[in-house]
Amino acid sequence: MLLISCPNCGPRDETEFHYGGQAHVAYPENPDALTDRQWAEYLFYRDNTKGAFAERWVHSTGCRQWFNMLRDTVSYDIQAIYKMGQPRPDMERADVNTSAATTPEGATK
Amino acid sequence: MSADQLPEHPDFLWRNPEPKASYDAVIVGGGGHGLATAYFLAKNHGMTNIAVLEKGWLAGGNMARNTTIIRSNYLWDESAAIYEHALKLWEILPEELEYDFLFSQRGVMNLAHTLGDVRESIRRVGANKLNGVDAEWLDPQQVKELCPILNISDNIRYPVMGATYQPRAGIAKHDHVAWAFARKCDELGVDIIQNCEVTGFLKDGNRVVGVQTNQGTIHTEKVGLAAAGHSSVLAEMAGFRLPIQSHPLQALVSELHEPVHPTVVMSNHVHVYVSQAHKGELVMGAGVDSYNGYGQRGSFHVIEHQMAAAVELFPIFARAHVLRTWGGIVDTTMDASPIVGTTPVENMFVNCGWGTGGFKGTPAAGLTFAHTIATGTPHELNKPFSLERFETGALIDEHGAAAVAH
Repeated sequence: MLLISCPNCGPRDETEFHYGGQAHVAYPENPDALTDRQWAEYLFYRDNTKGAFAERWVHSTGCRQWFNMLRDTVSYDIQAIYKMGQPRPDMERADVNTSAATTPEGATK
Repeated sequence: MSADQLPEHPDFLWRNPEPKASYDAVIVGGGGHGLATAYFLAKNHGMTNIAVLEKGWLAGGNMARNTTIIRSNYLWDESAAIYEHALKLWEILPEELEYDFLFSQRGVMNLAHTLGDVRESIRRVGANKLNGVDAEWLDPQQVKELCPILNISDNIRYPVMGATYQPRAGIAKHDHVAWAFARKCDELGVDIIQNCEVTGFLKDGNRVVGVQTNQGTIHTEKVGLAAAGHSSVLAEMAGFRLPIQSHPLQALVSELHEPVHPTVVMSNHVHVYVSQAHKGELVMGAGVDSYNGYGQRGSFHVIEHQMAAAVELFPIFARAHVLRTWGGIVDTTMDASPIVGTTPVENMFVNCGWGTGGFKGTPAAGLTFAHTIATGTPHELNKPFSLERFETGALIDEHGAAAVAH
């Protein structure tokens, strides 16, 4: 069971949340102009990363707000939790302790 | 007792050769599908100068972790065709492979708990019959007669309103299936190379000409990917994407019990599937963990949920103890159907996306994937399961249609 730190409600059990898959997938800017291949990419193709993966979660039985999470898909360690609309934090850099990338309280597997 | 008093080690079922410098074809993934593919390449297409590369130990991935259910009662014509072909192969393979892997046609029941379930089930029985798949609709009393330990009373949250039943379905000993294929592959000259992890591909333009491994470079004319949960990782190395997501799927067994469960029971709605292994363990599984994961383990609440479902349907399980739980990584597609066919890379082929139900498909995956690799074009049975279907829109949507408990 993951212990997930909701940005609004604090650490809660995984069972309070629902998964939303890969984060930062934007709706096509010009849907009319898309080829079948591009539609296929948008509808059916998502990254399937082994390692650090940016994904969306929603706190269904709490504040009901969506947020983003950077999680390792092998160790399941939660590396960062950040708000919708914010870019994926760069965990390679040493100075990750910014408002964009808060190390979640109780982020364990 | 000292070691010299032990009996002789039994004969090994396959050699453990060093990889050669080149092969006519290389299969990546030494699970059930990879081994079955190699077997049919050798047997049906005379390709014996081939290798199966396995990064761990033979059949140690999903082949060792599934709940061994074999059935073909899928809704859509394309699925019924390929899974029914698989079931027919299961019926002859013990003899053909000269290995009794305890294929037991004890039937599979898919329970209905809502009016929607009932309508879907009766529709599927009709579709199955039209496709030559044995199927019948059972009322709750008939369900009880076939499986007396099932609770069909109306004192539970979702009472049993009936079930579909496929008598020819059943279970088999998964490890023995892999060993049976491995032994035959070995006899036919196929090199099975364990502890051999693919780290990259050699390409000449857009054509694959070799694989790089932790045991050196192997040149080859053709590459078949059969790596289930790790298919996306291999595809990325080769320079293309696959529309699949890897999820943990957990299963569990109880301690050994005397035979109490004569068939296989699956419930999509309260979500658990249960059979009793030959040895006596109750074998159970349910849905995937919701998040993407490569960790071969999932969250405990998923196990808790399926246990609750099992105890509601089978009250006598309340005092049974869980012996162990485990997880595998399943490669799911958006339409819950597999991908078997060509890829954007020349001479590279892919068999993936079997998701939570790949074990039952093993023989047909092997047969059709071997055909695809040998001839460069798909077999009639796997033609609809192409990568292109996500572009053309010709999806084979078995989500909620195939009694699939994803």
